[in-house]
Amino acid sequence: MLNKIGRDIPMELECLQGRRVYEGQFAMTETGTRAGKPVKLHTPGENKLVGSIDEAIEKVGLKDGMSISFHHHLRNGDYVMKLVMDRVQAKGIKDITILNSSLAPCHEFLIDMIKDGTVTAIETSGLRDALGKFLTLNPGVLKRPVVIRSHGGRARAVCTGEAHIDVAFMGVPACDRRGNATGRKGKSACGALGYAMVDSHYADKTVLLTDNLIDYVYPISIPQTDVDYIVEVEAIGDPEGIASGAVGITKNPVQIKIAEMAAEFLDQAGIIQEGFSFQLGAGGAPLAVAKFIGEKLEKKGVVGGFGVGGATGVLVSMLEKGHIKAIYDTQTFDTTAAASLDNNPNHIEMSASMYADPTTDCMTNYLDVVFLGATEIDTDFNVNCMTDSNGILMGASGGHSDTAAGAKVTVITCPLIRGRLPMIRERVETVITPGESIDVLVTERGIAINPNRQDLIERFRDSNLPIYTIEELQQMAYDMVGKPEGIEVSHDPKDVVAIIEYRDGSIIDVVRKPLL
Amino acid sequence: MKHLVKAAMAGFDEKNDVLVTVEPIASGIEVELKSKVERAYGKHIRAFIEATVKEAGFDGVKVTAIDKAAWDYTIKARVLGALERGSAE
Repeated sequence: MLNKIGRDIPMELECLQGRRVYEGQFAMTETGTRAGKPVKLHTPGENKLVGSIDEAIEKVGLKDGMSISFHHHLRNGDYVMKLVMDRVQAKGIKDITILNSSLAPCHEFLIDMIKDGTVTAIETSGLRDALGKFLTLNPGVLKRPVVIRSHGGRARAVCTGEAHIDVAFMGVPACDRRGNATGRKGKSACGALGYAMVDSHYADKTVLLTDNLIDYVYPISIPQTDVDYIVEVEAIGDPEGIASGAVGITKNPVQIKIAEMAAEFLDQAGIIQEGFSFQLGAGGAPLAVAKFIGEKLEKKGVVGGFGVGGATGVLVSMLEKGHIKAIYDTQTFDTTAAASLDNNPNHIEMSASMYADPTTDCMTNYLDVVFLGATEIDTDFNVNCMTDSNGILMGASGGHSDTAAGAKVTVITCPLIRGRLPMIRERVETVITPGESIDVLVTERGIAINPNRQDLIERFRDSNLPIYTIEELQQMAYDMVGKPEGIEVSHDPKDVVAIIEYRDGSIIDVVRKPLL
Repeated sequence: MKHLVKAAMAGFDEKNDVLVTVEPIASGIEVELKSKVERAYGKHIRAFIEATVKEAGFDGVKVTAIDKAAWDYTIKARVLGALERGSAE
């Protein structure tokens, strides 16, 4: 069945029964109430501390066929999933659904657990490296295709109960004996716990793993009222992998040129003004935009409103220089930003729900502008940030579609050509964010405005910026490197390896096994 | 028709470059390609290398190219460079 952006969704798949296809960025009509934990009486004298992961697994009653979740705040330094899954495997528990907020390269041990039947389903935002390749090339190793959700879409699915978590195993850098937890303190400090907040609150059972049991915690990110058991472990992660040092501004001249043009575009669009709010996606060009926005704010003598993170040192320096008044942060990327969250009251922690869940009053709806990267974009402005040029899962949905839908202006920053590959395609391999959410594409050789933004096209009619149609930019690349051949994929429904959920739960695309 | 007198190389195994080796064979033009952009440009690059060798007036050449997404002008320069080196005694 073709959805609104012309993607053929094999609705005959068992996992898509009762689902609907993508019909537009704000087309969702479902109502209902939020899900929640089962009610249970707590009595005086309870002790949540248990002696081992094994004991926690027994106490929560983890069984074959259950869904368990882990958060990705510890990024590529995460030890928690391995610690828990090794014990799950040792106990012979099978048919587990891993319902993660995201997966990192350090989780490739899951390949062996998939092979032996311990893990039979995966739902995540990101999938890359060995695990991404394994799952793309081996349809049928899981009992159903991987479900890819945006950060906001996952928060929605968990809150509504669509993605039911039987047990949440949450690594926390500090907690007290009642389970009040924070990511701000300790040797494994990771900053905000936005994803963990949602899981802890909605899971049937919540187990915290910590390497830093302290007497009192404040401010509280996960409250004791959401926690069932606590396990003390040697280490929840490798600090080297949890947070990088301060991420500097890129020195890549192409990225800088793109960032400079993007900031200039924003200025001429009249967006850089008192109180304006923005988010910068990960990646060189989006982060470099911060520097140029800062310069423009200073020149105008105005102060922006808030920045939304994924906080980085770059965003923190804007706060500290007084370019913006606040940061709303759901996950913290580097040590500078983690320190800022701990010390600066204007650096505000928020849950994934508050960040981007379309069924809540989410912060992404208050963005004036967002800068995002792209693996590729097509002439309908649809963006892929999930599969590579060979059709292999190697990226993350993240907050891409959430912020793009919410922001008044969504700017994609992307080089015209990477290596030899033109980044503007006739049709992207996988759609994460629909073209209707994208307003502007900025490349190093020119800017294209989405034809559905006639107001912007009109405004830039006499601009000194190099404005082209997206087709003209595409031709520019073809003139330099030639037109690439597309990827052949299997059209057998059995070879669907992943379902791409739009943030509202509708199906925007599927990933099919590429034919090598 | 020109012929190689020995095997020769040109280029580097670096991003946006191509490492080209040419060797004399009995006759014809053979192209062996390993490319980062095989799927998108493999067919094109093979034909382009063959055409470049022909255009330079050579026969009896085996070209081995290890390509890391070089653009056509680079591929052409490396192929011609290798042919020239392989033509000198």
